Parts: sequence; structure tokens; C-alpha cells
Amino acid sequence: MAALDETKVKEGVEKETVEAVRSIGERYKYGFESKVETEYAPKGLNEDIVRLISAKKNEPEWLLEWRLNAFRRWQGMEPPRWAMLEHPPIDFQEQYYYAQPKSMAKKPKSLDEVDPELLRTYEKLGIPLREQMILAGVEGAEAAPADARADARKVAVDAVFDSVSVGTTFKEELARAGVIFCSISEAVQEHPELVRKYLGSVVPATDNFYATLNSAVFSDGSFVYVPPGVRCPMELSTYFRINAENTGQFERTLIIADKGSYVSYLEGCTAPMRDTNQLHAAVVELVALDDAEIKYSTVQNWYPGDENGKGGIYNFVTKRADCRGARSKVMWTQVETGSAITWKYPSCILRGEGSQGEFYSIAIANNMQQADTGTKMIHLGRNTRSRIVSKGISAGRAQNTYRGLVSIHPKASGSRNYTQCDSLLIGDKCGAHTVPYIECKNSSSRVEHEATASKVDEDQLFYCRQRGMTEEEAVALVVNGFCREVLQALPMEFAMEAQSLVAISLEGSVG
Amino acid sequence: MLAPIRTRKTPQKLEAAEALLAARPAPEGEARWAREARAAAEARLREMGAPARRDEYWKYTDPAPLLQPAPDAAPAMADDEGPLWAGTDALRLVFVDGVFRPDLSDDPRMEGVEIAPLSEALAADIHWAADLFGRLEAEGQSQVERPLAALNTACAAQGFAIRATGKAARPIDLRYVHEDPRADAMVRNLVRLEPGAELTLLEEGAVAARANMCLEVSLAEGARLHHVRAQGRDHERVGAAHIFALLDAEASFKSFTLTANGRLTRNETVVRLAGDGASAHLAGACVGDGAFLHDDTVFITHDAVGCESRQVFKKVLREGARGVFQGKILVRPGAQKTDGYQLSQGLLLTENAEFDSKPELEIYADDVACSHGSTVGAVDETALFYLRSRGIPADAARNMLVLAFLDEAVAEIEDEALADVVRARVAAWLERRSR
Repeated sequence: MAALDETKVKEGVEKETVEAVRSIGERYKYGFESKVETEYAPKGLNEDIVRLISAKKNEPEWLLEWRLNAFRRWQGMEPPRWAMLEHPPIDFQEQYYYAQPKSMAKKPKSLDEVDPELLRTYEKLGIPLREQMILAGVEGAEAAPADARADARKVAVDAVFDSVSVGTTFKEELARAGVIFCSISEAVQEHPELVRKYLGSVVPATDNFYATLNSAVFSDGSFVYVPPGVRCPMELSTYFRINAENTGQFERTLIIADKGSYVSYLEGCTAPMRDTNQLHAAVVELVALDDAEIKYSTVQNWYPGDENGKGGIYNFVTKRADCRGARSKVMWTQVETGSAITWKYPSCILRGEGSQGEFYSIAIANNMQQADTGTKMIHLGRNTRSRIVSKGISAGRAQNTYRGLVSIHPKASGSRNYTQCDSLLIGDKCGAHTVPYIECKNSSSRVEHEATASKVDEDQLFYCRQRGMTEEEAVALVVNGFCREVLQALPMEFAMEAQSLVAISLEGSVG
Repeated sequence: MLAPIRTRKTPQKLEAAEALLAARPAPEGEARWAREARAAAEARLREMGAPARRDEYWKYTDPAPLLQPAPDAAPAMADDEGPLWAGTDALRLVFVDGVFRPDLSDDPRMEGVEIAPLSEALAADIHWAADLFGRLEAEGQSQVERPLAALNTACAAQGFAIRATGKAARPIDLRYVHEDPRADAMVRNLVRLEPGAELTLLEEGAVAARANMCLEVSLAEGARLHHVRAQGRDHERVGAAHIFALLDAEASFKSFTLTANGRLTRNETVVRLAGDGASAHLAGACVGDGAFLHDDTVFITHDAVGCESRQVFKKVLREGARGVFQGKILVRPGAQKTDGYQLSQGLLLTENAEFDSKPELEIYADDVACSHGSTVGAVDETALFYLRSRGIPADAARNMLVLAFLDEAVAEIEDEALADVVRARVAAWLERRSR
């Protein structure tokens, strides 16, 4: 991490800490590339590519039309420039818009038929795609706990590799509960009525530049439908992996929680280390009907580029939840540690009376990373509530921006918002910025916004030191507290991963 | 450092800028340096274009009334309560509809203070104002475009150039009387305080049906300027007022603005803390009712070590009134030990009022303590209940709470006597309204 070498390290910072921080830049352990034979669509983007993607997926006519409409609109659009991000213009004709492992040309019937190299990739990433073994009573089955106890620990996974879904685990068990969990291409085939009803109903096909691009060329992603009154029996998870070079990943996720249902969904992402920038433009749509609750957690760890800003993923993501039903609830939790560029604003449209939106975020930008992330809480219904907790940490020469909107409409009487965004700066070459927009159009609502930017609090450090802690221990304690609110909002499965990611990055916030 | 915000130059913006310039030819008979400053401002405006609703910094405020060829009629309100600073011992300079009236003013002479009408200062071959006029405005354009300020530099013929070398014996009171319902005024004031100098500058009055006001302030080491402004009560007036302040080491700038009524008020304050240990305190209290839009747009740049800035803006809004706050603290690389504080609050008295706030931080130094808070809400019902349970009538209790809400901003006025004048005036307004 050359950036830190130039940075003046403050007195009292122990060498270990500095080393630890230095090593983060080199420690992207997911940077390997899998040798998988890949089939590409021709480079560039035109109507034929859109048709080709649609044909590959054997899509119905209406979906092709939908894609083409989006593509035509996209051609007349310009990339947004309002974010505090600097990058050379992206040449959209220099990308591949579709890449699939050759072995996936004919869809495998089960994971057993999947190319072992693919499975090894996920194994290396620590993603369990091993459901069959447990169910079939082969290797590892003895170690597997009894069904009843296992329920709490099981995580169903949909693994997306470049442009296709490799496989989805625990499908049958979920089906018994009535939960549909599959890749979106499968959903188009098997549940076209649901897809047609909800696709684009939260993020319209022409919402913004990147969402429109996604609508035209989206390749795969996850689809979840939880029927009325069902509490999804396990955590659902999607693991996104970019492998192929010069390939954009455009996944589309659609989650519908019907009346009175509950689902917790986890999302993880990694990519190989490469010198060139790669594009990732996803769209996530959540629909929560009456009394439904969706918990959506992300640990985003795309390759961030090297310490000089070479390579890394350009991450332009549109995530939006529609709390359509009364008393529905959506909770976004994100830990953003990767990507060269992050442009991401998971939002909630609080339409249903008494609906609730929450946003918890830790964004860490190191070296030359740039993050412009935040949320929008649009209060349309009466007595709607939202809460935003954002923790931004900047180090090296990184720029980290919180950008948010809280909008209380005239009819959203009795609504409530609380926002807290804190920034921590490590070193004198980075930047931390806050750009909140607060709009309140009725008097019975209350909006509170607080933001701070600072280094670690001296008084707290002094207090800890006075109690006999070493400087390092004190810093660890105080800094741990800085992120705790968000870490606690994560489900167990992710909290561990996130905590270790944050811990590495946070050592060295002494200053 | 990130690139400054530049707006999209639509043909409409550029044409509107031409129209603004065509409507007001630059004054004649000025010294070469002044002519050059005017020409440069004209070029800036042509390049920027006029403000438009689509510009990021005009998102919440429609600039159209400030751009139309002539202002809509805005009858002056009967002066039933007398000028705000009538009871304050000050050197008074009176403008009527934005034109200086020596016959109504005091003799502009005070020990240690040079006071000259703008036209005189700009006609002199050598004048201290050459280092100031248009310079701070131009610098203030570097991060965010402020076309109406460039227009003021290009065209304003009225105003004063004030320079203090010591501690001024009494405040200077600029009183802007509004008479003609169609008056369209443009006033430019320049203030330079030499090292260690101190001055209190008061401003009061509605100015005109439409006003474009601009104040450039340059404070040398250790200088202190207190600025207290009251923007009149005319219901229909529209106006844009800019303050550009540049502070050297240990200098202090305190500015408070009181606003009541007015269809459109846009107050932009741009401060650069350029010397170590400088401090700027900006505060504003406004009370709006009905067709009222009040916009405080603040940009503070911390460009030196150990500087302090503080913003406290309070708005009380009812019956369709809208309040806007856009405040930004920029901490440049190296501006360590910065202390930045910003508070913006809206109190909505009726269901149909609106408050929009955009409190921004942009920080490039690590040893800083910056914070902002922004809240919107109604009068606290429990506080109201408490007061009523103590036998205070509902209206009086409500006024008490509104006054307490505004007082946090009023208390930023350092001179207690001046703060009391403001307090009494606000209390009288609330009293009358609830009657």
C-alpha cells in the first residue's frame, strides 16, 4: 500500500497497525482466476446482442420486447455525472455482454453434472454448494446435524458465474415450504406470470442509465417468491463471481415477499485481480406486501484494484425496495469493502401505511478506491418510519461519499426518519464527504439528521488508557464501537465475514 | 480534489444571461481597473449562463422571478413598527429603492473609517477597493457558479466602500427603504478591515420589489466584523443577496440575518478561512407565512490550520411557506485542526409547510471535528402541554416555544443589545400574528 507510505502516520500508532493496514492492499485473497472454458457473445452492444441473450435464455416474446425497449431508451441516455467519482469514460462497445462457462451450454440437471472446476471455484471462495452430499448421505453426511437442528444453519445458495447461474441449492426443501428460489432465467420459464407481474415494477426499465442498460442485457440473477404467511425456513443467498475478462456482469434480482411472509437474503461478490476495469451493473428489486418483511444483506468484496488504482470493478448498482403493503418492512444492510468504484443507493419506497425502511451501511475505501453510496427513503404512506445508519471509513488516497435522500411527502403524515452518518478519516490524503438531501412536506412528521467526521475520539482513548489498556487495545475498542451498530444488523452468516473484513481495514484508524 | 460543479450550458441559460446584461449597461466614467473588473464579471456571467431550475444549486428554488425582465409589483409595507435599528446609535446611510440618498443620511465620516460611495471609489485611479471589487466574487465562483453575483459585479452602481483601520466608534447602519412598488435595485458594498480593526455593520429594510445585493468582505489579520442584517417585511419582494468573505489569520466574521416575509429570498454566503485560527459564525432566523420561500445557501472553505466555522439556521414556516437550506463545509487538504459545526432546523407550524435541507461535508484532512445536524418537525406537543398545565394560554405557549426555537440563532449575535432588539421584534411579530 504505497499510498500509506506517503501518508504521514500519526504519533502513537504502533508499527503492527501500520503493517496490518499496509497489507490490506495486497490481501485480496479472492483474486484468483478459474480456468474455465468460456463461451462469449460477440463483443459490443447492439440489438442483435440483446436478441442473442434473450434467445440463449429461450425467453418469451414480451421479455425480448421489454429488453429491446430498454436498449432503445438507453441509446439516448447519458451516464450520470453527479456522483463524486472520477473515472475515464467507459467504452460500452469494448465489453462482452454475455459469457458462460462452456460446460453450461447445456443446462446441467443437477450439481453433479456441473463442471468440477466451477465447483472448485466456489469451494475456494468458501461457498457451500454441497447440499446433495448431505441429502444423499455421502461424504460429510455424518457430520451434518439432524434436520431439525440444521434448519437454523442452512443457507440456500444461488451461484452466479459470469452471466449464468451455476446452480441453486436446497430448492426442494424450500419448495416444500412453498418458497420459490431459483435463477431468474429459470423463473422466466417456470413462473412467467410472477416475473411478468413484478419485473420492472420497482425499478422501471428506463429508471437510470445503468438500470436501463441492465434491463436490456441482464443475464442472470436470483428470483425469490415467498408465499403469504410463510417464514422462509433458511437464509437465502446468492454468490456472484466475475471470472471472464472484459466481461460485464449484469445480474437482476427480484424478491417478492407476499403478505405476512419473511425472508432473509444474503449477497456476496468477488472477482479476479486484473489490470483492466470491469463493469458490474446490477438491478435488485424487492417487493414487500402487507406485513411482509425482507432483510437484504450484502458483503461486497469485488476486486478493488491495486494500490495505484489499476484495475478493479466498476460497480454501478440500482437497488430498490417497494414497501407496497401496510406494515411491510425492508432492511438493507451492506458492507462495502471492494470495487474500484462504488455507485450504489439501496432505497425504500415506503408506500404502505406504517411501512418501515432501514439502511445500515459500512463503506470502507482504501488506496485509490472511490465510493459514492447511500440510500433514499421515500415516505409516501402515513406513519411510515425509516432509519439510516451509515459508517464511512476512508484510508489511503480514497474518496468516500455518503449520498442520501429522505423525502417525506405531503400525505405521509406522522412519519419519522432518523439518520446518522459518521465518517472516519485515516491519513491526510483521503477524503470523506456527506451529501444528504432532506425534504419534509408536512408538519406531523419528524426528520432528524446527524453527521460527524473525525478521527478516533481522544477522550475515549484517554479513558481507555487510564483504565490500563494499551493504545492499540483502546483504539481497537473504540473503533469496534464505531461500526458495531451496523455489524449487529447483519445475520450471523455474514457478521463473521464482515467483521474480519472490517477489522483488517480498521486497524490503523489511530491518528 | 474533486472538480467544481459546473452546470449544463443550455441555450436558454446563455440567452437569459445575455438578457440580464442587456437590461443593465455597466456604469460609465470609472477607472480602468474598475472597467476591467466589470468586463471580467460580464465574461464570467456569459460563460456560466443564468441560473436555472435544473442546476444542482437551484434544485429547491426557482430563480425565474430573479431573471424576468422587470419585477412583479411589490407594494411596500406600511412602516408601522419603525426601522429596526432606530434606537441604536449608528452612522446611518439611507437608500431609497436601492439609490443612496445623502439628504436622508448622516455625514459619512467616522474616525478610523473611510466611507465612500461605490461610484466614487470605482472612479478613483488608485483605491484600496481595486484589491477587493469583483475579486472575492470571482473566487467564490470557483466551486459553485453564482451567476447573479457576477451580474452584480458587472452592473451594480450603488453601494459603499468601507475601510476601517481601527476600532470603529459606532456601527454603520445601511438602511434600505422601499417605496416604489416596481423598484428593481442592485447594491454592492465592499468592506475591508485592516489588521486588528473592528466594525459592526448593520443592514435593514426590504430594499425594493426586487433586489440583487452583494457584499464583499476582506478581513486582515485579527480583524473582526460583526454583521447583523434584517431583510424587511414586504410580502411580495424577491431578492438574492450574496456575501463573499475572505478571512486572514485570527480574523473573525460574525453574520446574522433576520428574515420575515418576502416571496423569494435567496441568501448566499461564501466564506474562505484563509489564515490560521480564523473563525466564521453564520446564523439566520426566518419566519415565513403563505407564499414565502427562503433559501440559505452557504459555502465555507477551510483553507488553513485551526480554523473554526459555525452555522446555525432556523426557520419557522406556516401555511404553504417553504424553507431551504443548502450548507457546505469544505475542508481542503492540510486544513488540520478544523472545527466545523452546522445546524439547520425547520419548524413547521401547519401541515402544508415545507423544509428542504442539504447539509454537506467535503473533507480532505484527517485531524478534524466536523458535524452537522438537521431536523424538521412540528412544535413539541409535550412541551406545549407542560406550559399549558402551568396556566399559560395555548397561543402564548406556542409563541414561547417558537421564540425559544429561534433564539438559538439569535443568540449568535455577539452584541447583547442588538440581539435584544431582534428578539423584541420577533416577539412582536408572533404576538401580532396570534392575535
